[in-house]
Amino acid sequence: MSTRGAGRAQHARTTSRWLVLVLLLIVALLLAVALGTITLSPAAVWNALFERGDPAAITVVQVLRLPRAVLAALIGAGLGISGAALQGTMRNPLAEPYLLGVSGGAAVGAVMAVALGLSLTLVPIAAFVGAIVAVVIAFFVAHAAGTGGDARILLMAGVVVGAFANSVIMLVLGTAPSNVFRDAMWWMMGSVAAATWTQSGWLVGYLVLGGGALLLWARQIDVLALGDDTAAALGVDPDRAARRIYGAAALVAAATVSAAGLVGFVGLVVPHIVRGIGFQRHRPLLVGSALAGASLVVLADVVARTIRPPAELPLGAVTAIVGVPFFLSRLRRLA
Amino acid sequence: MIRFDDVVVRYPRASRDALAGVGFTAPRGRLTAVVGPNGSGKSTLVRALLGRAPLASGQVLLDDRPIASASRADVAKRVAVVTQREELAFPMAIDEYVALGRFPHLGGWRGARAADREAVAQAMTRAGVDTLARDGRRLQELSGGEWQRVRLARALAQGGEALVLDEPTTFLDIAHEMAVFELLHELTAERLTVLLVSHQLNLVARFADEIVLLHEGRIAASGTPDDVMRASVLERVYEWPLVVTRDPAVGAPALLPLRVRRHT
Repeated sequence: MSTRGAGRAQHARTTSRWLVLVLLLIVALLLAVALGTITLSPAAVWNALFERGDPAAITVVQVLRLPRAVLAALIGAGLGISGAALQGTMRNPLAEPYLLGVSGGAAVGAVMAVALGLSLTLVPIAAFVGAIVAVVIAFFVAHAAGTGGDARILLMAGVVVGAFANSVIMLVLGTAPSNVFRDAMWWMMGSVAAATWTQSGWLVGYLVLGGGALLLWARQIDVLALGDDTAAALGVDPDRAARRIYGAAALVAAATVSAAGLVGFVGLVVPHIVRGIGFQRHRPLLVGSALAGASLVVLADVVARTIRPPAELPLGAVTAIVGVPFFLSRLRRLA
Repeated sequence: MIRFDDVVVRYPRASRDALAGVGFTAPRGRLTAVVGPNGSGKSTLVRALLGRAPLASGQVLLDDRPIASASRADVAKRVAVVTQREELAFPMAIDEYVALGRFPHLGGWRGARAADREAVAQAMTRAGVDTLARDGRRLQELSGGEWQRVRLARALAQGGEALVLDEPTTFLDIAHEMAVFELLHELTAERLTVLLVSHQLNLVARFADEIVLLHEGRIAASGTPDDVMRASVLERVYEWPLVVTRDPAVGAPALLPLRVRRHT
């Protein structure tokens, strides 16, 4: 094949990959708006989006399902982009956004808020503060060890902070009344049931800020993925670049956690799936992981609320159940 | 030109200095080889050049300007380095990997231009990995030697006036090892500064213009291959009996480590 022919074939492959990811997200969003206790036809969904037709359908779509689907998509996008950036920077396929103490810190914040009987509107803020505090502690611990940018030390610091957070949670919940225990557990299992446009608005802000920074530094992640010495040889200060990327990834993860609790598996598995379909460089990988992560969480939420209505399954459990088959199908390619 | 000016490197909590005052110059258009036993400070020298080793005193200069005073990106445009170790965490195509050598020139956003693509294609041909890329091989499938050559291609794609290589011929068979040394020789003819860290004393003796022999963080000997390849010097540094002969075919000094008879 001529070089030009090979180039064209490559271009066609890239285009079709993007098409698949975008179409998947559109289908996922449509399903999320159409399916539920009242199932709507595509036409009814279309009309309701423009405030036409059945008023009940308009309420269901615009008030109940759309905000929820959008929030789910944003959560997935944030976890996907954050996971892809962390895996590349840490050169670790097991890295995920909840490392660095994000999940543990957020959980401590949320559980404290629930246990202290604070208003439920304050729980997300407490979770966000908890996550940020935990990340700062992890950074501080790694810095005190004299290796602020060393991925392994930072990972261990994050794991230790997470373990400490878990013990704090157990101490608080062990003596808490049953309603506090239940509320806290539900929060930790993740949910977008209480989605509002305000929440989505905030999350968009953090995504633009943190995700935008990660996209800006995407080529540095390409280089960091080759190792610290090689990155230095290519003109990147590995410690400084890694610190900035961890910070931005943690910010995005903390924002998703404060909006919907802990939604596991997404940040770990989505980057692998997206790499598996052929994305190598981190800029397309980050965007692809955002799209795929959004689709995964939206679909998982559809399953969570339609499989046994009116009861809802924990979103975090469903993301894992939906994600595992995808992951297994790619595992052969990863090996 | 790369100059090490009385460089002292001290790692935290280490019992002795990794480099205890090393000074020499790798001039343009010359192949300068750094040799020495394990732990003599060869790789630390490369890390000092990269700003990755804690300099207690001294400095590394690029054309008489301290590297520490220039931005890393500017240094990377001028000096390409193949470090000793590198492990790939994720799958990648060979040409994508070699193209990462253009990062110092492209920065965060600029797309690859014709000149960048040309540099990548030329680097792959010179390092002999263009056929691997054409066969659609992925980096994960490569042998150790092929991976070394792909890394060399990445450094060649980086361009610049100096090339620094830390053990580039580990895992290479005889033909590929010779090809790499011939390529380095060609590059010096193109007025590049080539600084090579190697264990292959006999090949270094044939190709290098100047050899720096390190021992316990200090220079034990330096000069032309004839100056350095002396049995008395090498025996002391490597702590092993050996003879230095002259290769009858090419006339270069050649080292032959001797067997020692163990007492039972």
